[in-house]
Amino acid sequence: MLTVIFPMTLGAAALGAMLGWASVRFRVDGSPLIDEIENALPQTQCGQCGFPGCRAYAEAIENGARIDLCPPGGEAGARRLADLLGRDPPAPGMEEPSPQAAVIDEQRCIGCTLCIQACPVDAIVGAAKQLHTVVGTLCTGCELCVPPCPMECIQMKAVTENIDNWAWKYPVFGIRRVN
Amino acid sequence: MFRKLFSFKGGIKPDTYKAVSTREPIGIAPLPSTLIVPLHQHAGGRAIPRVRAGDRVLKGQCIGEADGWISSAVHAPASGKVLAVENRMAAHPSGLPTLSVVIEPDGLDEWACLHPLRYQALSPEKTRECLRDAGIVGLGGAAFPTHAKLSAAKQTAMEAIVINGAECEPFMTCDDMLMRERAEGIVSGAAFFRELLDPKKVLIGIEDNKPEAIAAMSEAAKRFGSDFEVIAIPARYPAGGAKQLIRALTGKEIPASRRSPEMGVQCFNVGTAYSAWRFITFGEPLVSRIVTLTGNVENARNWETRIGTPFREFVALGHPGHDTNGFLMGGPMMGFEIPGMDAPVVKSSNCVIAAATSLFPPPPAEMPCIRCGSCAEACPHELQPFELYRFARVKNFDRAREFALDECIECGCCAYVCPSRIPLVQYFRFAKSGVQARLREKEKAESARSRVERRKAREARAKAEKAERLAAGAQASGMDASKKTAVQAAIERARQDRETIQAGNANDAETGDRYDEGQPR
Amino acid sequence: MTHYLFIIVGAVLVNNVVFVRILGLCPLLGVSKKLETTFGMGAATAFVLTLSSGLCYVIETYLLVPLDIAYLRTLTFIITIASVVQFMELVIRKTHPALHQVLGIYLPLITTNCAVLGVPLLSIGKRHDFVESLIFGFGSSAGFTLALILLAGLRERTDTADVPLPFRGNAIALVTAGLMSLAFMGFAGLDGYQ
Repeated sequence: MLTVIFPMTLGAAALGAMLGWASVRFRVDGSPLIDEIENALPQTQCGQCGFPGCRAYAEAIENGARIDLCPPGGEAGARRLADLLGRDPPAPGMEEPSPQAAVIDEQRCIGCTLCIQACPVDAIVGAAKQLHTVVGTLCTGCELCVPPCPMECIQMKAVTENIDNWAWKYPVFGIRRVN
Repeated sequence: MFRKLFSFKGGIKPDTYKAVSTREPIGIAPLPSTLIVPLHQHAGGRAIPRVRAGDRVLKGQCIGEADGWISSAVHAPASGKVLAVENRMAAHPSGLPTLSVVIEPDGLDEWACLHPLRYQALSPEKTRECLRDAGIVGLGGAAFPTHAKLSAAKQTAMEAIVINGAECEPFMTCDDMLMRERAEGIVSGAAFFRELLDPKKVLIGIEDNKPEAIAAMSEAAKRFGSDFEVIAIPARYPAGGAKQLIRALTGKEIPASRRSPEMGVQCFNVGTAYSAWRFITFGEPLVSRIVTLTGNVENARNWETRIGTPFREFVALGHPGHDTNGFLMGGPMMGFEIPGMDAPVVKSSNCVIAAATSLFPPPPAEMPCIRCGSCAEACPHELQPFELYRFARVKNFDRAREFALDECIECGCCAYVCPSRIPLVQYFRFAKSGVQARLREKEKAESARSRVERRKAREARAKAEKAERLAAGAQASGMDASKKTAVQAAIERARQDRETIQAGNANDAETGDRYDEGQPR
Repeated sequence: MTHYLFIIVGAVLVNNVVFVRILGLCPLLGVSKKLETTFGMGAATAFVLTLSSGLCYVIETYLLVPLDIAYLRTLTFIITIASVVQFMELVIRKTHPALHQVLGIYLPLITTNCAVLGVPLLSIGKRHDFVESLIFGFGSSAGFTLALILLAGLRERTDTADVPLPFRGNAIALVTAGLMSLAFMGFAGLDGYQ
């Protein structure tokens, strides 16, 4: 009996020791994967995933967080992450993201700069006691500037289709009756 | 003289329907009741409006200034009053509004003061600038600013400029008629291009189904000797595509990743050469163009039409039949349905076709792809449309790009020959739009990320500076012990005072602090 | 020499690990979505399978048989293979980052692959010697790679085809694999054995 237990224990301990040693000796810091994950995220910095910013979410994903937590990325974004990480694609039925941008009601803005501090992407310009405005093309639609505004003068408006972002539609043809 | 003609692969031979609109000479379209001149008629940046509602403008006066190098100016097509500068329906498949100048003509048709361009006395840079400010853009359909095409590549010597008079689209005859009637101007315009680009040869390519145009152009080109060659090429769609024509005349193949000057060739439409000639000779900016009006109309003809003429008034010239169920802008292969008759004629409108069921029967039902490969044989770019279709259909744009989706010129040959009658071009347009949208998104994400990083760095720096200041302050006060105790006592008093203040005010103090750090400086 | 050739032909075609022995189906379904990834997976499997076949032969002959504890074979093999592959992954990640890019992400996947345990067990059942074990291990992984590449090519097709909704994804992949399995039955007898 001992002749069996002894070599088996010894072998297991040796293998364990080898792995333990290797994980210290061959430690690699940082993962190139995080940058790639971050690149696949839409960079709205909205925090709707529950992590502070896209970088933080990328790190969390690398450590095993779910990939379908990013509403602005939508299903397409989650599918890109699944492809990148070799994980299962997200369950269908995620909401399609609707692009939006913040608009400041210039009549009511008092120039308190609170929204400027809240904006993670520096898309709001203005100075203390001066009128603020959102640079439309830079706004990612994260909504982080809405709650701090004391005058409630910031509204999210859907980005409408214009001649510059218009895209050809998927070809769909009506079904005709043939008798 | 014999000359080796190269050929491009694929292509189709659809019925041309061209004779009907060449029976009468080019007519001058009457002045419309209003002119709607969009400020974005060309590739590149939108022109900046230079007039306001209520202004009086003269014909040829600049109403929109070029914004950047790849842009072009826009001019008033008639004298009159500016009614508004506002969003109007664009001559674009979407029918979405675009900023336009609405002009009510006063009927006097009074020209602004014009000066011929003495380009011999000017530097090439200045000449190109003048062309930009004259609004000269490619009239073949893409409306790419011409001045931006008039600089040779630094490394490669210019071998040839190709003047495109192939006009391969069915129905369209505007270039044909222009060559028949105004060959002299076209050739002179080409000579002007030659001076700027300094190529060895000027090759004028015309499809061999336009013998009158070939004769007229040959006659006009004689004046310039053997450097100018008029070459008849076999009529086959899409011989008029810039890349196909260059291939046919010079044997050079231009990949999507390179621009043609890098290969020593540049291509211009005959209409472009003509309007450039009008500008250098008379100082006239681009305010009108030849538009073919054909299809289901009583009077098919080419009209010299002012830019900005609403389609409603333009098509009335041809008396469209009662069974007309829509109008196409551009040819039947690559054109699109005009979204509304209030949209105006623009610099890229070469042809308007009245559609009727008898002319264009409704498309038959799409059947599954059987991978027969007919489309690959017809493709003038040697792509594999059936593979592109497979990935475009399931919206897998990355894989479609691996099969060179970006090289597709949307000529429609594949859809024309498809036995399953799949509208392939519509799928490719959809996929290309998807690729564009994805690129835009990516660019936006990239810029957002760099701004986030800069912001974080700025905040960290502000924090470090503040800590430094505090440390320096503490050190300075350490020198004088009595002063230090006094300051300590003051701080203590302030703290006690603060503690008595309610929490709401304390929050205010905190936000004030944050404001310091977050301010851009 | 022909003897070794028969072992390889037998392992690749006649007794293909995937299609005939039905081993290693999880990585087959997991990695056969794109053609490019199958090459990395195939290379990693070849490495691990050859290594584990040799290693298991050594353990069997010099540890389990002398100590008369052959009944602990499964346990011992699993632990040894898993540890060694894990160890190799750590080493490669540090010393050859480029190679790790290609093989690295698949190595942990393979440690828990039943083919990696099944092939050494089969090899011992067939009473192979050391060289034969190595060749059998390599041949089996070549068979696995072949199956992976074939299936990935077909799946790229079915992914863009109009597959009925309940059959989408793994269902149609398994139907395809089943049909290919039938086709592989046609190789029976090619390896010179009955």
